[in-house]
Amino acid sequence: MATTHPKSSTANRRWRWFANHTASVLAVASTILVIAPLVAIFVDLVYKGAVSLNWNFFTKLPAPVGENGGGMANSIVGSALLLGLASLMGVPIGISAGIYLSEYGRGTKLSNVVRFTADVLNGVPSIVMGIAVYGLIVVPQKGFSAFAGGVVLGIMMIPTVARTTEEMLLMVPHSIREAALGLGVPNWRSMLSITLKTAMPGVITGCMLAFARVAGETAPLLFTALGNEFWSTALNQPIAALPLQIYVYALGPYDEWHRLAWAGSLVLVFLIVVSVALVRFVTTRGVLKGAS
Amino acid sequence: MGVSIEVNNLNAWYGTNHTLQDITLHIPANEATALIGPSGCGKSTFVRCLNRMHETNPIAKVTGEVKVGGQDIYSETSAVEVRRRIGMVFQRPNPFPTMSIYDNVASGLRLNGYRNRRVLDEVVERSLKSSALWDEVKDELKKKSGASLSGGQQQRLCIARALAVDPEVLLMDEPASALDPVSTAKIEDLIFQLKVQYTIVIVTHNMQQAARVAERTGFFLNGRLVEFDSTHKIFTNPGDKRTEDYITGRFG
Amino acid sequence: MADSTFRWLMLLCALSIFAIVALIAIELVTHSQMTLAKFGLKFFVGSAWDPVSGEFGALPFIFGTLVSSAVSLILAVPLAVGVAIFLTEMCPKALRGSFSFLTELLAAIPSVVYGTWAIFTLVPLLREYVDPVLIKLLGWTGLFVQPDFGIGMFAAGVILAIMILPIISSLTREVMTAVPHTQREAVLALGATRWEMIRMGVLRNARVGIVGSIILGLGRALGETMAVAMVIGSSPTISKSLLAPGYSMAAVIANEFNEAVSDVHRSALIEIGLALFLVTIVVNACARLLVWAVTRGAPARAT
Repeated sequence: MATTHPKSSTANRRWRWFANHTASVLAVASTILVIAPLVAIFVDLVYKGAVSLNWNFFTKLPAPVGENGGGMANSIVGSALLLGLASLMGVPIGISAGIYLSEYGRGTKLSNVVRFTADVLNGVPSIVMGIAVYGLIVVPQKGFSAFAGGVVLGIMMIPTVARTTEEMLLMVPHSIREAALGLGVPNWRSMLSITLKTAMPGVITGCMLAFARVAGETAPLLFTALGNEFWSTALNQPIAALPLQIYVYALGPYDEWHRLAWAGSLVLVFLIVVSVALVRFVTTRGVLKGAS
Repeated sequence: MGVSIEVNNLNAWYGTNHTLQDITLHIPANEATALIGPSGCGKSTFVRCLNRMHETNPIAKVTGEVKVGGQDIYSETSAVEVRRRIGMVFQRPNPFPTMSIYDNVASGLRLNGYRNRRVLDEVVERSLKSSALWDEVKDELKKKSGASLSGGQQQRLCIARALAVDPEVLLMDEPASALDPVSTAKIEDLIFQLKVQYTIVIVTHNMQQAARVAERTGFFLNGRLVEFDSTHKIFTNPGDKRTEDYITGRFG
Repeated sequence: MADSTFRWLMLLCALSIFAIVALIAIELVTHSQMTLAKFGLKFFVGSAWDPVSGEFGALPFIFGTLVSSAVSLILAVPLAVGVAIFLTEMCPKALRGSFSFLTELLAAIPSVVYGTWAIFTLVPLLREYVDPVLIKLLGWTGLFVQPDFGIGMFAAGVILAIMILPIISSLTREVMTAVPHTQREAVLALGATRWEMIRMGVLRNARVGIVGSIILGLGRALGETMAVAMVIGSSPTISKSLLAPGYSMAAVIANEFNEAVSDVHRSALIEIGLALFLVTIVVNACARLLVWAVTRGAPARAT
């Protein structure tokens, strides 16, 4: 038997030591490089946004072009209205689809395809959704409207709500379903009042995530809600929205507009951060654990 | 050739859990040494301390002295070098699923900078022959993935992978516990052949297996080494009441 | 009775997801009929875009979308993998939680806010400090040459990279965590260094999933609208220099749709949307299949 005794040479050992340390340094360096812009964004946002935030921002309408002052009151109300409409549409449909996926369609081909389609729909650019709803609602109605804006945001909420609802329902232990059925309750009653209720914190989490995602959407609103300089809460009229107004102001030529854009961004991000933080608080506390 | 292992006052912790307490023993060269005991007794932790795998868990801690072939592996050399000198086979077969059989066996050599095809071919063939897998796989060395083999074949592939870097000691952590009886018998045969060349430490929960393959046996209980002696003595005339209780099946 | 009604209702909602996708496709096709019929495939190879004289070629936008996405991937992928390696294999457990929270937050920041930040902070920064260095070092390639306005293809690529980084790194982290611990131990027991353990035991096993997450990031980059529209420069030209202004498919829709000068113009924009829709569907489907294959444990998984 040949006795090749593979021992590592000094050169090889040095090279491996070098590669190991280089890789570690690169990993740390990339982490820093990634965090830097993120911190920069947050700091910028808080600093520049806070300077321009005042009471007027929340109570006043946009000032006429060229004048100082003014606020985004109509945009805030408009966004709230649009998001309310969107939730009215996206949440029930999304939750129902999630119930189907987890309770009826488990393991079937149909549910796999639905799940897959939902994931793919999640990746469709929001601007494409915008033009589709433009063709669907704005063209036949011959006008931009808050309703169209609500619909497009609602559609965008469905896949996220459906998928998280499904995941949360799957976490409900089987024994709870059996216990409910053992009481002689009809299937649908036990599903709504026992299974869904047990998973409720998780389901709400999913809705909040979907909500946070569409709250900042701008592109789909460009051709549906359009935006509005004035007060409007009519569903068949164009309506203002916070992200739309930020877009207009950020690209505008006036310093005053830029300041308002920063302030609007801060408010928007604050709302989103709060909901994401809430979501995280709920999920990491493991509310579902108490159910098992 | 194999080398002896000397362990002095070895203590190990997982977090605040003191899993090994004051272990001292001497494992002779070119023999198979079996470690037995109920689950959670520390026998697996012990072998993982012998090649410094224990410390790969961030909450783990070790103190004491382990001398392999006279060299203290905790103070005189690096963990990487220790693990190259001491091969290990795990409880569940863990071949690299994205590599061919050939690449699996050659992986350790390649890490150490071996690129010469002739040397690699030779070592791969020799290692697979030593692990009694060669005849079953020689035609598909580079085509088949390591994960496509059966469980018993996978484990022998893992043994071949460990042998390819020519270790001085081979640690086996319950190598047959996930395998069927036929594959288990093959692994046991293999241990007989391998101890001519290597020092073997095998953890097992199967007392018959210890009796069949090992010259010496150590009995662990609650993180302590209760008794360490020739296998014959342990199984026929144990010196400690607890050992006797365990091997006669009165607890554990 | 009530039970089966309930069941059908739930099924209906699940099927509505199909209906939405179908509806999007139908709307896009019907409203782009005009240009589909008039230009055919020539639409996608023509490089002249002049709505006033009625010339519509989408090539500059396709070029801009591809180039800005490519730039963003080149910047983001190594960083994302680096971060994922740091977080799964090196970083103390206590830090890991706050990092994943940070990535969640970043993924939730609206595109328009990224765009605002890019206009007022990133673009001046690039113009003053980064671009001059690139021009000096890489000017010979022709990719970084004057004139430099700050805004342009490169700025769009950078902001896209910042936006897709959280997605790629968090998914990469997920597939890396899914690699069984026994694989890491197998490599370590052979006498490998930590980097070799990561390379052989983790990256090699997770590569299919990592590719999947990169493609998902690509899908997001291709369709990203607002941030890109705000910094890409809005010029329908094809230029070799990355510092020159360009245009992307999504950005041109956002900018010109409401001011479309004619029905043909609007139809052309919708056709661009249709192309974007089809491309992102294919890209996302591929990515999902890859990620599913890994997390369901089919290939690339021991035991």
